[in-house]
Amino acid sequence: MTEMTALDTHNVLLRTEGLTKHFAQSEGLFARRQQVVRAVDDVNLEISAGETFGLVGESGSGKTTLGKMILRLIEPTQGRVWLEGREVTALAGKDLQAFRAQAQMVFQDPYSSLNPRMKVRDIVGEPLVVHRGMKGAQLDAEVARLLELVHLNSAQMERMPHEFSGGQRQRIGIARALALQPRLLVLDEPTSALDVSVQAQVVQLLDELRRELGLTFIFISHDLALVSLLCDRIGVMYLGRLVEVAPAAQLFDAPSHPYSRALLASVPRLEPGTLNAPAIGDMGTSVALPTGCRFHPRCQHCITGVCDRLDPALLALDPERAVACHLYDRAIQEQIA
Amino acid sequence: MIAEKRNDLTLSSSVASPNSVSAPVPDGIPPLLSVRDLWVDVASRRGHGAILRGVDLEVRPGELVGVVGETGSGKSTTALAIMRLLADSMRISRGSIDFGGVNLATAREAAMQRLRGDRLAMIFQDPRSHLNPVFPVGEQLIDVVRAHHGGRGSKEEAIRLLEQVNLPNARTRLDTYPHQLSGGMAQRVMIAMALAGKPDLLIADEPTSALDVTVQAQILALLRRLATEHRLAVLLISHNVAAVAQVCDRVVVMYAGSVVESAPISPLLDEPGHPYTQGLLAAVPRVGAHARDMRGIPGRVANIFELPSGCCPFASRCPAVMPRCTAEAPPSFTLGPEHSASCFLHD
Repeated sequence: MTEMTALDTHNVLLRTEGLTKHFAQSEGLFARRQQVVRAVDDVNLEISAGETFGLVGESGSGKTTLGKMILRLIEPTQGRVWLEGREVTALAGKDLQAFRAQAQMVFQDPYSSLNPRMKVRDIVGEPLVVHRGMKGAQLDAEVARLLELVHLNSAQMERMPHEFSGGQRQRIGIARALALQPRLLVLDEPTSALDVSVQAQVVQLLDELRRELGLTFIFISHDLALVSLLCDRIGVMYLGRLVEVAPAAQLFDAPSHPYSRALLASVPRLEPGTLNAPAIGDMGTSVALPTGCRFHPRCQHCITGVCDRLDPALLALDPERAVACHLYDRAIQEQIA
Repeated sequence: MIAEKRNDLTLSSSVASPNSVSAPVPDGIPPLLSVRDLWVDVASRRGHGAILRGVDLEVRPGELVGVVGETGSGKSTTALAIMRLLADSMRISRGSIDFGGVNLATAREAAMQRLRGDRLAMIFQDPRSHLNPVFPVGEQLIDVVRAHHGGRGSKEEAIRLLEQVNLPNARTRLDTYPHQLSGGMAQRVMIAMALAGKPDLLIADEPTSALDVTVQAQILALLRRLATEHRLAVLLISHNVAAVAQVCDRVVVMYAGSVVESAPISPLLDEPGHPYTQGLLAAVPRVGAHARDMRGIPGRVANIFELPSGCCPFASRCPAVMPRCTAEAPPSFTLGPEHSASCFLHD
């Protein structure tokens, strides 16, 4: 049984229960064999209103799939999502369209996520036309307001995306996501395609928007240092599983899961001679998941007979932290002793 | 014409930990690679201009030198110019690339063919796209070994190379295909191939940018160990300042085709002399900092086709810009031992 963690259960904006996505993958000559990729498995989360929740993990850990399922951009195989107490996974038709206005996404690549044949006015204004039926001067005024909100010159709305730099394009993507005044924004690696000097500007903008507009963020990133300075709480994913959830400061000070420890030890620091190569193996590329704990083949603390057989549940360590690891499971530790 | 081949790259057992940074290389050791005032022109449909504008850098045996810079800074072009693998639209227009007594800038193609893979090796960002997907990696590695040392014992040598780059189960890995390897394993195979000719210089162009952070740390540790233990000269090209800072002896900072600062790693981090270096370091996210503390660099990198030659390339974005910055190109000023910056603030 999995437990859930949250800062304030009275102020929950988003909740997921057993959220799971399996993809079918063809293998072999002429795709004769079908295999199932368990991209996301049984994720239970609660995110409070106004919170910035970071999702970290290596490529292939399921971060983006989880983010897209929360927005119903990908249909979950199993599990449910609630936003402000309403079940998102049960919505259809008009209700689903109304939900789209409440939860929006900012994509990783500001080059491919903007239609190259549309003017900036139409890119940012499209949601307003579709959802609010805006047009004419009212639409122009709203687009201008949104562009200024992301520190772009509103006189540039007649321009095409290719006339903007990567950082400016990402601002356009953010303006589009904010057009319908959503409560929740899922940001999928929003700065990883940008140079570091430009990234800082976009991060500052996001931090400013969050505070001024009272937004709730799910910030997906592989850059742990970046996540540390933007997020209140962080969820660590590994091969489709949420393996640890903790407030950012606590996770960085004292990571619990052996994988979190290896991940945080590997974060490059701006200091000479601080290289810390974790003594964990390489992630395999096989579709077949390890039995038991998915991290056990790489884990230094693997308990043979336990970790390779039993799949650990995400259990509360204290009111704020949860970890999925047998090392912290009192019942199992007592059995071993 | 070519200096005598270096000692063998065999693993010795009593060596420093792979994580330790080597002692500073004494000044007395002459550089293995010395790039002087290198200019590269590019002519394409988008225009004509200088993509490298007087690059100076050197690497000594056993030294790991980082080249950092953002998109369009010319760091990869510098690497390709050294290897003489520039695209057809580019050519070296001025300067020299001294490599063990040979000027690579003017060497004949036949001479370059002999040097590449032999004394000069290079690895790239995406290892899997540089391996042939239809042959097992062992076959590809053995081919390389055979090309360098002949057929006898080539399989054993391939296994030794894979062990040297810490690929687990090296012997059984010979039969695996590239798609069966993770990105980190594939990069280790690439490094093993690069080492097959026992090179003196290894150029690593963003070798960890496609890898996850735990694997990145392991690959960087491997490069550090190869430099420290085997006296391999390594030129590590990266946009990730923090990754470079952890393993390099010295760093060269590039901006818009020019080297703006060059220094041993500690002075560079403690007392960066060029406003661009200062801005770049301030923009790197740090654990424990806050988003409000992050400082970006306003503006964008100048388009090389529009950048005039007689000025500082960073002038348009520089917080400390002076009238002379747009009137003349700043020469390199010495700030300390091996520390120089091209900025009039130090005149």
